[in-house]
Amino acid sequence: MATYSTSEFKNGLKLMMDGDPCSIIENEFVKPGKGQAFNRVRLRNLKTGRVLEKTFKSGETVEAADVMDLEMQYLYNDGETWNFMDTSSFEQFAADENAVSDAKQWIKGEEMCLVTLWNNVPLAVAAPNFVILEITDTDPGVRGDTAQGGSKPATLETGAVVKVPLFIENGELLKIDTRTGEYVSRAKE
Amino acid sequence: MTCDHKWRPFADNAIARSRAELYSSIRLFMSDRHILEVDTPILSRHGISDPFIDSIRAEAPLAGLSPLYLHTSPEFCMKRLLASGIGDCYQIAHVFRDGEKGKRHTLEFVMLEWYRLRFDYHKLIDELGELLAFLGLDKPSKKTYSDIFKQTFDIDPVSIEIEQLRTLAKDAGWYNASDQRHSLLDFLFSHEVIKQIKKEKSLIIYDYPACMASLARLNKENPNVCERFELFIDGMEIANGFTELTDSDEQRQRFEKDLEERKDNKMHSPPIDNHLLDALKHGLPDCAGVALGLDRLLMVLTGKQTINEVNNFTLENN
Repeated sequence: MATYSTSEFKNGLKLMMDGDPCSIIENEFVKPGKGQAFNRVRLRNLKTGRVLEKTFKSGETVEAADVMDLEMQYLYNDGETWNFMDTSSFEQFAADENAVSDAKQWIKGEEMCLVTLWNNVPLAVAAPNFVILEITDTDPGVRGDTAQGGSKPATLETGAVVKVPLFIENGELLKIDTRTGEYVSRAKE
Repeated sequence: MTCDHKWRPFADNAIARSRAELYSSIRLFMSDRHILEVDTPILSRHGISDPFIDSIRAEAPLAGLSPLYLHTSPEFCMKRLLASGIGDCYQIAHVFRDGEKGKRHTLEFVMLEWYRLRFDYHKLIDELGELLAFLGLDKPSKKTYSDIFKQTFDIDPVSIEIEQLRTLAKDAGWYNASDQRHSLLDFLFSHEVIKQIKKEKSLIIYDYPACMASLARLNKENPNVCERFELFIDGMEIANGFTELTDSDEQRQRFEKDLEERKDNKMHSPPIDNHLLDALKHGLPDCAGVALGLDRLLMVLTGKQTINEVNNFTLENN
Protein backbone atom coordinates (compact mmCIF):
# COMPACT_ATOMS: atom_id res chain seq x y z
CA MET A 1 0.00 0.00 0.00
CA ALA A 2 1.52 3.28 -1.10
CA THR A 3 1.44 6.11 1.43
CA TYR A 4 2.36 9.78 1.57
CA SER A 5 3.85 11.63 4.51
CA THR A 6 2.39 15.05 5.32
CA SER A 7 5.71 16.58 4.24
CA GLU A 8 4.90 15.40 0.67
CA PHE A 9 1.46 17.04 0.67
CA LYS A 10 0.85 19.42 -2.21
CA ASN A 11 -2.03 20.46 -4.40
CA GLY A 12 -3.26 17.70 -6.68
CA LEU A 13 -1.94 14.83 -4.54
CA LYS A 14 -4.47 11.95 -4.41
CA LEU A 15 -5.29 10.38 -1.04
CA MET A 16 -7.74 7.81 0.28
CA MET A 17 -10.10 9.30 2.83
CA ASP A 18 -12.85 7.22 4.46
CA GLY A 19 -12.74 4.81 1.51
CA ASP A 20 -13.02 7.46 -1.21
CA PRO A 21 -10.29 8.89 -3.43
CA CYS A 22 -9.66 12.57 -2.79
CA SER A 23 -7.44 15.25 -4.28
CA ILE A 24 -5.71 17.93 -2.20
CA ILE A 25 -6.78 21.43 -3.16
CA GLU A 26 -5.14 23.32 -0.30
CA ASN A 27 -2.48 22.41 2.26
CA GLU A 28 -1.71 24.66 5.22
CA PHE A 29 1.01 24.13 7.83
CA VAL A 30 -0.27 25.09 11.30
CA LYS A 31 1.96 25.04 14.36
CA PRO A 32 1.90 26.81 17.68
CA GLY A 33 5.54 27.77 18.43
CA LYS A 34 5.85 25.34 21.31
CA GLY A 35 3.14 22.96 20.22
CA GLN A 36 2.07 20.16 17.94
CA ALA A 37 2.48 20.74 14.19
CA PHE A 38 -0.47 20.04 11.90
CA ASN A 39 -1.25 19.92 8.21
CA ARG A 40 -4.69 21.29 7.60
CA VAL A 41 -5.90 20.25 4.16
CA ARG A 42 -8.89 20.89 1.96
CA LEU A 43 -9.72 17.92 -0.25
CA ARG A 44 -12.09 17.25 -3.09
CA ASN A 45 -13.78 13.87 -2.98
CA LEU A 46 -13.28 12.66 -6.55
CA LYS A 47 -16.38 10.47 -6.43
CA THR A 48 -18.87 12.97 -5.08
CA GLY A 49 -17.14 16.25 -5.91
CA ARG A 50 -17.70 17.39 -2.33
CA VAL A 51 -15.01 19.48 -0.64
CA LEU A 52 -13.97 18.46 2.87
CA GLU A 53 -11.49 19.73 5.44
CA LYS A 54 -9.23 17.40 7.43
CA THR A 55 -6.29 17.88 9.76
CA PHE A 56 -3.33 15.57 10.20
CA LYS A 57 -0.51 15.58 12.70
CA SER A 58 2.61 16.59 10.78
CA GLY A 59 4.75 13.54 10.05
CA GLU A 60 1.75 11.22 9.83
CA THR A 61 1.36 9.05 6.74
CA VAL A 62 -1.82 8.71 4.72
CA GLU A 63 -2.83 6.04 2.23
CA ALA A 64 -2.33 7.11 -1.38
CA ALA A 65 -5.19 6.78 -3.85
CA ASP A 66 -4.32 4.89 -7.04
CA VAL A 67 -5.66 7.61 -9.30
CA MET A 68 -4.29 8.69 -12.67
CA ASP A 69 -5.37 10.82 -15.57
CA LEU A 70 -5.02 9.37 -19.10
CA GLU A 71 -5.92 10.66 -22.55
CA MET A 72 -8.26 8.12 -24.14
CA GLN A 73 -10.31 7.87 -27.26
CA TYR A 74 -14.08 7.59 -26.91
CA LEU A 75 -15.30 4.57 -28.87
CA TYR A 76 -19.03 3.97 -28.38
CA ASN A 77 -21.91 3.83 -25.95
CA ASP A 78 -23.70 0.48 -25.61
CA GLY A 79 -26.68 1.86 -23.74
CA GLU A 80 -25.21 1.19 -20.32
CA THR A 81 -21.54 2.03 -20.49
CA TRP A 82 -19.39 4.48 -22.36
CA ASN A 83 -16.29 2.81 -23.75
CA PHE A 84 -12.85 4.36 -24.08
CA MET A 85 -9.50 3.16 -25.40
CA ASP A 86 -5.98 3.97 -24.29
CA THR A 87 -4.48 4.55 -27.75
CA SER A 88 -0.98 3.57 -26.68
CA SER A 89 -1.83 0.21 -25.05
CA PHE A 90 -5.14 -0.34 -26.93
CA GLU A 91 -6.61 -1.32 -23.57
CA GLN A 92 -10.32 -0.55 -23.30
CA PHE A 93 -12.19 0.83 -20.31
CA ALA A 94 -15.92 1.02 -19.63
CA ALA A 95 -17.21 4.10 -17.80
CA ASP A 96 -20.60 4.15 -16.08
CA GLU A 97 -23.10 6.98 -16.39
CA ASN A 98 -21.85 8.58 -13.18
CA ALA A 99 -18.35 8.97 -14.60
CA VAL A 100 -19.53 10.58 -17.85
CA SER A 101 -22.32 12.61 -16.26
CA ASP A 102 -21.35 15.94 -17.84
CA ALA A 103 -19.14 14.73 -20.68
CA LYS A 104 -21.69 12.44 -22.31
CA GLN A 105 -23.72 15.25 -23.89
CA TRP A 106 -20.68 16.45 -25.88
CA ILE A 107 -19.11 13.28 -27.25
CA LYS A 108 -20.21 11.24 -30.27
CA GLY A 109 -17.16 9.04 -30.90
CA GLU A 110 -13.43 9.28 -31.71
CA GLU A 111 -12.83 12.32 -29.45
CA MET A 112 -9.82 12.26 -27.17
CA CYS A 113 -11.05 12.64 -23.57
CA LEU A 114 -9.26 12.93 -20.23
CA VAL A 115 -10.22 9.83 -18.25
CA THR A 116 -9.47 9.67 -14.51
CA LEU A 117 -8.87 6.07 -13.46
CA TRP A 118 -9.18 4.89 -9.86
CA ASN A 119 -7.92 1.35 -9.31
CA ASN A 120 -8.10 1.02 -13.11
CA VAL A 121 -11.80 1.93 -13.31
CA PRO A 122 -12.95 5.22 -14.88
CA LEU A 123 -13.98 7.59 -12.11
CA ALA A 124 -14.51 10.71 -14.18
CA VAL A 125 -14.36 11.67 -17.84
CA ALA A 126 -13.72 15.16 -19.15
CA ALA A 127 -14.80 15.94 -22.72
CA PRO A 128 -12.33 17.87 -24.92
CA ASN A 129 -12.51 21.61 -24.20
CA PHE A 130 -13.89 22.25 -27.68
CA VAL A 131 -16.06 19.95 -29.81
CA ILE A 132 -17.60 20.38 -33.26
CA LEU A 133 -21.18 19.12 -33.56
CA GLU A 134 -23.98 19.33 -36.11
CA ILE A 135 -27.34 20.97 -35.40
CA THR A 136 -30.20 18.53 -35.82
CA ASP A 137 -33.02 20.82 -34.81
CA THR A 138 -33.46 24.59 -34.58
CA ASP A 139 -35.84 27.27 -35.85
CA PRO A 140 -35.10 28.58 -39.37
CA GLY A 141 -32.34 31.19 -39.51
CA VAL A 142 -33.14 34.92 -39.70
CA ARG A 143 -31.07 36.51 -42.51
CA GLY A 144 -29.26 39.77 -42.13
CA ASP A 145 -29.50 39.54 -38.37
CA THR A 146 -25.79 38.99 -37.70
CA ALA A 147 -25.12 42.15 -35.74
CA GLN A 148 -28.07 42.20 -33.39
CA GLY A 149 -28.26 40.15 -30.21
CA GLY A 150 -30.83 37.52 -29.48
CA SER A 151 -30.53 33.77 -29.42
CA LYS A 152 -32.54 30.60 -29.86
CA PRO A 153 -32.14 27.01 -28.66
CA ALA A 154 -30.52 24.45 -30.97
CA THR A 155 -30.41 20.69 -30.47
CA LEU A 156 -27.11 19.06 -31.43
CA GLU A 157 -26.50 15.58 -32.84
CA THR A 158 -25.54 14.31 -29.36
CA GLY A 159 -28.82 15.56 -27.89
CA ALA A 160 -27.29 18.54 -26.07
CA VAL A 161 -29.16 21.83 -26.34
CA VAL A 162 -27.18 25.08 -26.68
CA LYS A 163 -28.12 28.69 -27.28
CA VAL A 164 -27.12 29.94 -30.73
CA PRO A 165 -27.45 33.28 -32.60
CA LEU A 166 -30.62 33.77 -34.66
CA PHE A 167 -28.85 33.49 -38.06
CA ILE A 168 -27.69 29.89 -37.49
CA GLU A 169 -29.35 27.29 -39.77
CA ASN A 170 -30.36 23.69 -39.24
CA GLY A 171 -27.59 21.27 -40.32
CA GLU A 172 -24.73 23.68 -39.65
CA LEU A 173 -21.60 22.63 -37.76
CA LEU A 174 -20.89 24.49 -34.52
CA LYS A 175 -17.86 24.82 -32.28
CA ILE A 176 -18.86 24.45 -28.60
CA ASP A 177 -16.89 25.13 -25.41
CA THR A 178 -17.75 22.11 -23.25
CA ARG A 179 -16.54 23.77 -20.03
CA THR A 180 -19.24 26.45 -20.24
CA GLY A 181 -21.65 24.69 -22.60
CA GLU A 182 -21.61 27.76 -24.84
CA TYR A 183 -21.62 28.25 -28.62
CA VAL A 184 -18.28 29.65 -29.86
CA SER A 185 -18.58 29.92 -33.65
CA ARG A 186 -19.64 28.22 -36.86
CA ALA A 187 -17.23 25.50 -37.92
CA LYS A 188 -16.17 23.83 -41.15
CA GLU A 189 -15.81 20.07 -41.26
CA MET B 1 20.49 34.55 -24.85
CA THR B 2 17.81 34.48 -22.17
CA CYS B 3 18.64 35.85 -18.76
CA ASP B 4 17.68 33.89 -15.65
CA HIS B 5 16.20 36.25 -13.06
CA LYS B 6 16.25 33.79 -10.19
CA TRP B 7 19.29 35.53 -8.71
CA ARG B 8 17.06 38.44 -7.73
CA PRO B 9 16.14 38.79 -4.04
CA PHE B 10 12.42 38.08 -3.43
CA ALA B 11 11.40 41.07 -1.37
CA ASP B 12 11.85 44.61 -2.59
CA ASN B 13 14.42 46.93 -1.07
CA ALA B 14 11.76 48.76 0.94
CA ILE B 15 11.34 45.59 3.02
CA ALA B 16 15.07 45.41 3.69
CA ARG B 17 14.90 49.02 4.90
CA SER B 18 11.85 48.28 7.12
CA ARG B 19 13.79 45.40 8.64
CA ALA B 20 16.78 47.63 9.34
CA GLU B 21 14.50 50.24 10.97
CA LEU B 22 12.87 47.56 13.12
CA TYR B 23 16.23 46.27 14.35
CA SER B 24 17.55 49.74 15.14
CA SER B 25 14.32 50.70 16.97
CA ILE B 26 14.62 47.55 19.08
CA ARG B 27 18.26 48.31 19.87
CA LEU B 28 17.32 51.86 20.88
CA PHE B 29 14.49 50.58 23.12
CA MET B 30 16.81 48.08 24.79
CA SER B 31 19.74 50.44 25.32
CA ASP B 32 17.40 53.08 26.84
CA ARG B 33 16.56 50.45 29.45
CA HIS B 34 20.18 49.35 29.91
CA ILE B 35 19.50 45.90 28.59
CA LEU B 36 22.75 44.47 27.21
CA GLU B 37 22.95 43.06 23.70
CA VAL B 38 24.61 39.64 23.66
CA ASP B 39 25.57 37.31 20.84
CA THR B 40 25.71 33.56 21.48
CA PRO B 41 26.67 30.79 19.01
CA ILE B 42 24.33 29.19 16.51
CA LEU B 43 26.22 25.89 16.55
CA SER B 44 25.95 23.68 19.59
CA ARG B 45 26.74 20.13 20.62
CA HIS B 46 23.25 19.94 22.17
CA GLY B 47 19.91 19.85 20.42
CA ILE B 48 16.50 20.74 21.77
CA SER B 49 14.55 18.19 23.83
CA ASP B 50 11.17 19.91 23.35
CA PRO B 51 8.74 17.25 22.06
CA PHE B 52 7.41 19.52 19.30
CA ILE B 53 10.56 21.26 18.07
CA ASP B 54 13.26 19.67 15.94
CA SER B 55 16.82 20.88 15.66
CA ILE B 56 18.54 20.90 12.30
CA ARG B 57 21.67 18.78 12.49
CA ALA B 58 25.02 19.83 11.09
CA GLU B 59 28.15 17.82 10.42
CA ALA B 60 31.73 18.79 11.18
CA PRO B 61 33.60 15.52 10.61
CA LEU B 62 37.00 17.17 10.14
CA ALA B 63 36.73 18.69 13.61
CA GLY B 64 35.56 15.35 15.01
CA LEU B 65 32.47 17.08 16.34
CA SER B 66 29.49 15.36 14.79
CA PRO B 67 26.62 15.65 15.18
CA LEU B 68 26.26 19.33 15.87
CA TYR B 69 22.96 21.17 16.12
CA LEU B 70 21.84 24.61 14.95
CA HIS B 71 20.15 26.33 17.87
CA THR B 72 16.34 26.58 17.86
CA SER B 73 16.51 29.59 20.20
CA PRO B 74 19.36 31.30 22.08
CA GLU B 75 17.67 30.52 25.42
CA PHE B 76 20.15 28.08 26.96
CA CYS B 77 23.28 30.16 26.39
CA MET B 78 21.51 33.29 27.55
CA LYS B 79 20.39 31.57 30.75
CA ARG B 80 23.99 30.50 31.39
CA LEU B 81 25.01 34.16 30.98
CA LEU B 82 22.27 35.14 33.43
CA ALA B 83 23.47 32.56 35.96
CA SER B 84 26.99 33.96 35.60
CA GLY B 85 25.67 37.40 36.55
CA ILE B 86 25.46 39.27 33.25
CA GLY B 87 22.18 40.98 34.19
CA ASP B 88 19.37 42.08 31.86
CA CYS B 89 20.21 41.04 28.31
CA TYR B 90 18.74 40.62 24.84
CA GLN B 91 19.71 39.06 21.55
CA ILE B 92 18.61 39.23 17.92
CA ALA B 93 19.40 35.76 16.60
CA HIS B 94 18.85 33.64 13.52
CA VAL B 95 17.29 30.39 14.73
CA PHE B 96 16.55 27.12 12.93
CA ARG B 97 13.74 24.57 13.19
CA ASP B 98 13.38 21.49 11.03
CA GLY B 99 10.07 20.71 9.34
CA GLU B 100 8.52 24.16 9.78
CA LYS B 101 7.46 25.30 6.33
CA GLY B 102 4.34 27.28 5.49
CA LYS B 103 2.85 30.72 5.04
CA ARG B 104 4.09 31.79 8.46
CA HIS B 105 6.94 29.32 8.94
CA THR B 106 10.42 28.96 7.53
CA LEU B 107 13.25 26.69 8.63
CA GLU B 108 15.35 29.75 9.47
CA PHE B 109 13.90 32.85 11.09
CA VAL B 110 14.96 35.75 13.27
CA MET B 111 14.13 35.87 16.95
CA LEU B 112 14.37 38.66 19.48
CA GLU B 113 14.84 37.24 22.95
CA TRP B 114 15.20 39.22 26.15
CA TYR B 115 15.44 38.56 29.89
CA ARG B 116 14.64 40.84 32.80
CA LEU B 117 15.85 40.15 36.32
CA ARG B 118 13.32 40.37 39.16
CA PHE B 119 10.47 40.60 36.62
CA ASP B 120 7.56 38.20 36.68
CA TYR B 121 5.59 37.45 33.50
CA HIS B 122 3.02 40.21 34.07
CA LYS B 123 5.73 42.82 34.38
CA LEU B 124 7.34 41.51 31.21
CA ILE B 125 3.96 41.60 29.41
CA ASP B 126 3.83 45.30 30.32
CA GLU B 127 7.29 45.85 28.88
CA LEU B 128 6.38 43.94 25.72
CA GLY B 129 3.39 46.28 25.37
CA GLU B 130 5.74 49.27 25.71
CA LEU B 131 7.97 47.87 22.96
CA LEU B 132 4.95 47.42 20.67
CA ALA B 133 3.84 51.00 21.38
CA PHE B 134 7.40 52.19 20.69
CA LEU B 135 7.16 50.48 17.28
CA GLY B 136 3.83 52.20 16.60
CA LEU B 137 1.62 49.16 17.31
CA ASP B 138 -1.38 48.75 19.60
CA LYS B 139 -0.85 47.76 23.21
CA PRO B 140 -2.35 44.28 23.68
CA SER B 141 -5.27 43.40 25.93
CA LYS B 142 -5.04 40.31 28.17
CA LYS B 143 -7.06 37.12 28.61
CA THR B 144 -6.30 33.84 30.34
CA TYR B 145 -5.96 30.64 28.34
CA SER B 146 -8.97 29.22 30.22
CA ASP B 147 -11.16 32.24 29.51
CA ILE B 148 -10.51 32.26 25.77
CA PHE B 149 -11.20 28.51 25.65
CA LYS B 150 -14.44 28.94 27.59
CA GLN B 151 -15.53 31.63 25.15
CA THR B 152 -15.14 29.18 22.27
CA PHE B 153 -16.12 25.80 23.69
CA ASP B 154 -17.69 26.48 27.05
CA ILE B 155 -15.21 24.08 28.68
CA ASP B 156 -12.33 24.54 31.08
CA PRO B 157 -9.19 23.35 29.20
CA VAL B 158 -7.34 22.72 32.47
CA SER B 159 -9.81 20.33 34.09
CA ILE B 160 -11.66 18.77 31.13
CA GLU B 161 -11.28 14.98 30.63
CA ILE B 162 -9.08 13.76 27.75
CA GLU B 163 -11.96 11.82 26.16
CA GLN B 164 -14.10 14.95 25.93
CA LEU B 165 -11.18 16.79 24.34
CA ARG B 166 -10.79 14.01 21.78
CA THR B 167 -14.46 14.19 20.86
CA LEU B 168 -14.21 17.94 20.37
CA ALA B 169 -11.08 17.51 18.23
CA LYS B 170 -12.67 14.84 16.05
CA ASP B 171 -15.75 16.99 15.53
CA ALA B 172 -13.48 19.84 14.47
CA GLY B 173 -11.82 17.67 11.79
CA TRP B 174 -8.75 16.03 13.31
CA TYR B 175 -8.64 12.79 11.33
CA ASN B 176 -6.64 10.65 13.79
CA ALA B 177 -7.05 12.60 16.99
CA SER B 178 -4.20 12.00 19.44
CA ASP B 179 -4.67 10.90 23.05
CA GLN B 180 -2.22 13.46 24.40
CA ARG B 181 -3.70 16.39 26.25
CA HIS B 182 -1.12 18.87 25.03
CA SER B 183 -1.65 17.94 21.35
CA LEU B 184 -5.43 18.00 21.65
CA LEU B 185 -5.34 21.45 23.25
CA ASP B 186 -2.94 22.64 20.52
CA PHE B 187 -5.31 21.39 17.86
CA LEU B 188 -8.41 23.03 19.31
CA PHE B 189 -6.49 26.21 20.02
CA SER B 190 -4.90 26.57 16.57
CA HIS B 191 -8.04 25.59 14.63
CA GLU B 192 -10.98 26.96 16.63
CA VAL B 193 -9.99 29.17 19.57
CA ILE B 194 -7.80 31.17 17.19
CA LYS B 195 -10.96 32.47 15.48
CA GLN B 196 -11.91 34.14 18.76
CA ILE B 197 -8.38 35.53 19.15
CA LYS B 198 -8.45 36.98 15.62
CA LYS B 199 -11.31 39.26 16.61
CA GLU B 200 -8.86 41.33 18.62
CA LYS B 201 -6.09 43.36 17.04
CA SER B 202 -3.52 42.55 19.70
CA LEU B 203 -4.06 40.04 22.50
CA ILE B 204 -1.98 38.41 25.23
CA ILE B 205 -3.06 34.92 26.30
CA TYR B 206 -1.61 33.92 29.69
CA ASP B 207 -1.70 31.20 32.36
CA TYR B 208 -1.29 28.19 30.07
CA PRO B 209 -2.16 24.70 31.41
CA ALA B 210 0.68 23.09 33.34
CA CYS B 211 1.12 20.42 30.63
CA MET B 212 2.36 23.22 28.35
CA ALA B 213 4.82 24.68 30.82
CA SER B 214 8.01 24.02 28.82
CA LEU B 215 10.55 26.19 30.71
CA ALA B 216 7.98 28.24 32.63
CA ARG B 217 7.45 28.31 36.39
CA LEU B 218 4.20 26.82 37.65
CA ASN B 219 1.89 29.32 39.29
CA LYS B 220 2.36 29.17 43.06
CA GLU B 221 -1.32 29.74 43.89
CA ASN B 222 -2.62 27.47 41.16
CA PRO B 223 -0.09 24.83 40.07
CA ASN B 224 -2.51 23.60 37.37
CA VAL B 225 -1.37 26.55 35.28
CA CYS B 226 2.05 27.94 34.45
CA GLU B 227 3.32 31.50 34.27
CA ARG B 228 3.51 31.57 30.50
CA PHE B 229 2.08 34.02 27.96
CA GLU B 230 1.84 34.46 24.23
CA LEU B 231 1.21 37.53 22.11
CA PHE B 232 -1.14 37.34 19.11
CA ILE B 233 -1.55 40.12 16.56
CA ASP B 234 -4.39 39.64 14.05
CA GLY B 235 -4.54 36.03 15.23
CA MET B 236 -0.87 35.39 14.40
CA GLU B 237 1.40 34.12 17.18
CA ILE B 238 4.19 36.66 17.64
CA ALA B 239 5.83 36.08 21.03
CA ASN B 240 6.10 33.55 23.83
CA GLY B 241 7.32 34.31 27.34
CA PHE B 242 7.67 32.88 30.83
CA THR B 243 8.50 33.57 34.38
CA GLU B 244 11.53 31.33 34.05
CA LEU B 245 11.81 28.04 35.86
CA THR B 246 14.90 28.26 38.10
CA ASP B 247 14.69 24.84 39.81
CA SER B 248 17.26 22.55 38.19
CA ASP B 249 15.73 19.30 39.52
CA GLU B 250 12.32 20.18 38.11
CA GLN B 251 13.94 21.23 34.83
CA ARG B 252 15.80 17.90 34.61
CA GLN B 253 12.54 16.00 35.18
CA ARG B 254 10.86 17.99 32.44
CA PHE B 255 13.74 17.32 30.02
CA GLU B 256 13.58 13.59 30.78
CA LYS B 257 9.83 13.54 30.28
CA ASP B 258 10.25 15.42 26.98
CA LEU B 259 12.85 12.93 25.77
CA GLU B 260 10.57 10.06 26.78
CA GLU B 261 7.79 11.60 24.70
CA ARG B 262 10.18 12.09 21.77
CA LYS B 263 11.15 8.43 21.98
CA ASP B 264 7.48 7.40 21.99
CA ASN B 265 6.95 9.50 18.87
CA LYS B 266 10.06 7.93 17.25
CA MET B 267 11.82 11.28 17.09
CA HIS B 268 15.55 11.86 17.38
CA SER B 269 16.59 12.29 21.02
CA PRO B 270 19.56 14.62 21.45
CA PRO B 271 21.66 14.51 24.64
CA ILE B 272 20.43 16.62 27.58
CA ASP B 273 22.33 19.90 27.93
CA ASN B 274 23.87 19.45 31.37
CA HIS B 275 25.55 22.86 31.20
CA LEU B 276 22.14 24.48 31.47
CA LEU B 277 21.11 22.27 34.39
CA ASP B 278 24.42 23.02 36.16
CA ALA B 279 23.83 26.73 35.60
CA LEU B 280 20.38 26.43 37.18
CA LYS B 281 21.93 24.53 40.09
CA HIS B 282 24.49 27.28 40.53
CA GLY B 283 21.57 29.70 40.57
CA LEU B 284 19.55 31.41 37.89
CA PRO B 285 18.33 34.74 39.27
CA ASP B 286 14.56 35.19 39.37
CA CYS B 287 13.71 36.51 35.94
CA ALA B 288 11.23 36.52 33.09
CA GLY B 289 12.09 36.08 29.44
CA VAL B 290 10.30 36.39 26.12
CA ALA B 291 11.06 35.35 22.54
CA LEU B 292 9.53 37.29 19.68
CA GLY B 293 9.49 36.35 15.97
CA LEU B 294 10.84 39.36 14.10
CA ASP B 295 9.86 38.16 10.60
CA ARG B 296 6.23 37.93 11.71
CA LEU B 297 6.43 41.29 13.45
CA LEU B 298 7.77 42.69 10.16
CA MET B 299 4.81 41.10 8.37
CA VAL B 300 2.50 43.03 10.73
CA LEU B 301 4.41 46.29 10.28
CA THR B 302 4.46 46.05 6.47
CA GLY B 303 1.05 44.42 5.96
CA LYS B 304 2.41 41.28 4.28
CA GLN B 305 0.55 37.98 4.41
CA THR B 306 3.41 35.49 4.12
CA ILE B 307 6.79 35.18 5.78
CA ASN B 308 8.52 34.81 2.39
CA GLU B 309 7.41 38.33 1.44
CA VAL B 310 9.55 39.84 4.20
CA ASN B 311 12.62 37.80 3.31
CA ASN B 312 14.88 38.46 0.34
CA PHE B 313 16.29 34.98 0.40
CA THR B 314 14.60 31.68 1.25
CA LEU B 315 15.49 28.09 0.49
CA GLU B 316 13.64 28.53 -2.81
CA ASN B 317 16.28 30.95 -4.10
CA ASN B 318 19.30 30.33 -1.92
